[in-house]
Amino acid sequence: MKELVEKLNTKYALQDIIYQRDNMVFATISKELVIEAITYMRDYEGFAHFVMMSCADWIEDNKFQLTYILNNPQQRCDVALRVMIERENPTMTSAHHLWKQVWTYQREIREAFGIQFPGSPRVEENFVLEGWTDKPHMLRDFDTHEYAEKTYFPRGGRTTNDPATYMREKLYPNQPVTAKKNKNVE
Amino acid sequence: MLNNFFGFKPDRSKYPSVNEDGSLNIDLSSHQYTKLWLGPNHPGVTGNMAMELTLNGDEIVEGKTHVGYLHRGFEKLIERRLFVQGFPTSIRMCVAEPDTNEYLIAACTEELSGYDKQIPDMAKWLRMLSLEMARLQGLLRGVPGQAGTYSLGIGVQWGVYLRDLILDRFEELTGARVYHMYIIPGGVRGLLPEGFKARMEDNLKDIDDFIVRIKKLMFDNAIFKKRSIGQGIVTKEMVDKYGVVGTTARASGVKRDVRKDNPYLFYDQLDFDPPTAEEGDIYARTFVRWQELIQTVDLIRQIMAKMPEKGDIRAQMPNVLNWRIPKGETYVRIESGRGEYGMYYVTDGSDKPRRVNLRGPSYTHGVALLEDLLVNTNIADIHALMVSLQTCPPEIER
Repeated sequence: MKELVEKLNTKYALQDIIYQRDNMVFATISKELVIEAITYMRDYEGFAHFVMMSCADWIEDNKFQLTYILNNPQQRCDVALRVMIERENPTMTSAHHLWKQVWTYQREIREAFGIQFPGSPRVEENFVLEGWTDKPHMLRDFDTHEYAEKTYFPRGGRTTNDPATYMREKLYPNQPVTAKKNKNVE
Repeated sequence: MLNNFFGFKPDRSKYPSVNEDGSLNIDLSSHQYTKLWLGPNHPGVTGNMAMELTLNGDEIVEGKTHVGYLHRGFEKLIERRLFVQGFPTSIRMCVAEPDTNEYLIAACTEELSGYDKQIPDMAKWLRMLSLEMARLQGLLRGVPGQAGTYSLGIGVQWGVYLRDLILDRFEELTGARVYHMYIIPGGVRGLLPEGFKARMEDNLKDIDDFIVRIKKLMFDNAIFKKRSIGQGIVTKEMVDKYGVVGTTARASGVKRDVRKDNPYLFYDQLDFDPPTAEEGDIYARTFVRWQELIQTVDLIRQIMAKMPEKGDIRAQMPNVLNWRIPKGETYVRIESGRGEYGMYYVTDGSDKPRRVNLRGPSYTHGVALLEDLLVNTNIADIHALMVSLQTCPPEIER
């Protein structure tokens, strides 16, 4: 595993390398090199299984993190490559030509985070939110509570408890509150 | 000769013609083609998903999967909740085997917070038992369900009855029948009730009998064979190309099983060998699952024989209401009844996760793979194809 990471590091100048487990490593790579790197890993290093592609919104850094997770079925190890891209007008090179299922991930990420993947098949089609006109729903600054208040009319006879407060009152009535609210979560 | 007899091989050399950009030339106004929406509510469709089909006669020339009918924004909701509050939300991402979600979210949070080495052995055995029971109840629905798609409904009735017996065992172990919330951060919620093993053994004996009967009903049946052999073939080359996993990959000759390849819990102490087949068609996939049913019964017996009678079931964990996890990320996978089932989990040092992303087998099986396999299929065989790929829409749209 370490030999492979060193080889990838030499070729693609990896950053923030973290060995999460003996058989799993996370590393950051530049946006321009990631498609070349995963193509190389698939064709020459045996990472034939594309596990998944995911996105996280680091709104405080004004960045999106795209993560490509690849698995080598023979060596039984995983490499996850992170790519940080700007949050404004985000665009990423498509990888749909490498594995058949990649366009599905890209289509979902386009819908959920607003990242464009030019050339990816059916990327403009809605994935789960038919007729959605609001901002991409997985962005950190999309307020789900406000959306629900705005969209769904209040129904008589229903009461709502904040789950965290309710649990605290029921389970630990005498314990002081020490956890701070996460400012990045609505 | 065999393919001509069993398989459906329409001549697609002349129609529909292909445009210069590679798309199919389908002119609906020519009256040669029909658009048909199958689902989202249809007894033959696995869950609430729809397929937009373009038909020529009763043959499919193009198929598109449409999901979103069950979308409740689970991943987004989990981002707004404390770590422990994510548990009851996460298990609803897969109705078929919710215990896999329980285990994954527990394993991710434990790994990122450094508690993964402190899980007691007893809790690990109980986690493994609950995961195998979940696999068993899923197979009791899935294996005869394949017969049901060919109108062999009696098998489904047997399977539903026996699945209910396993749900009875779940109820006495966890207090719930479908969404158990048994696996929690640090361990499990309780020990086996008194007499549990004996009652489970009674159920397993009934299932042994069912395994013999369902074999006669399905694999010795001319209708089942004629309609499943040579249909919906997933070749060995397609496995990596499409991200095919689990029994679907094993039925195509690719022997991959997370329990063997990357053992978790105490799977390395169990004696089993994942069944495989070479043909990759609906018949092969069903036969592999039937063999897996036998194996799962055996695994439950092995677990009950090897697990200790008593022991700690939970590690000392922090107060879940004040639980903060350092910044980090991980991907944890297990072998569900339908294949590799993983969770990508990102934390930012706060009391809530930054990102939770589920990777279910249906995400690849139910969209990219299904859409390509639908082409040239007869409309009467769609349900068999879908069930054979074990598509589960909730884990696609989450």
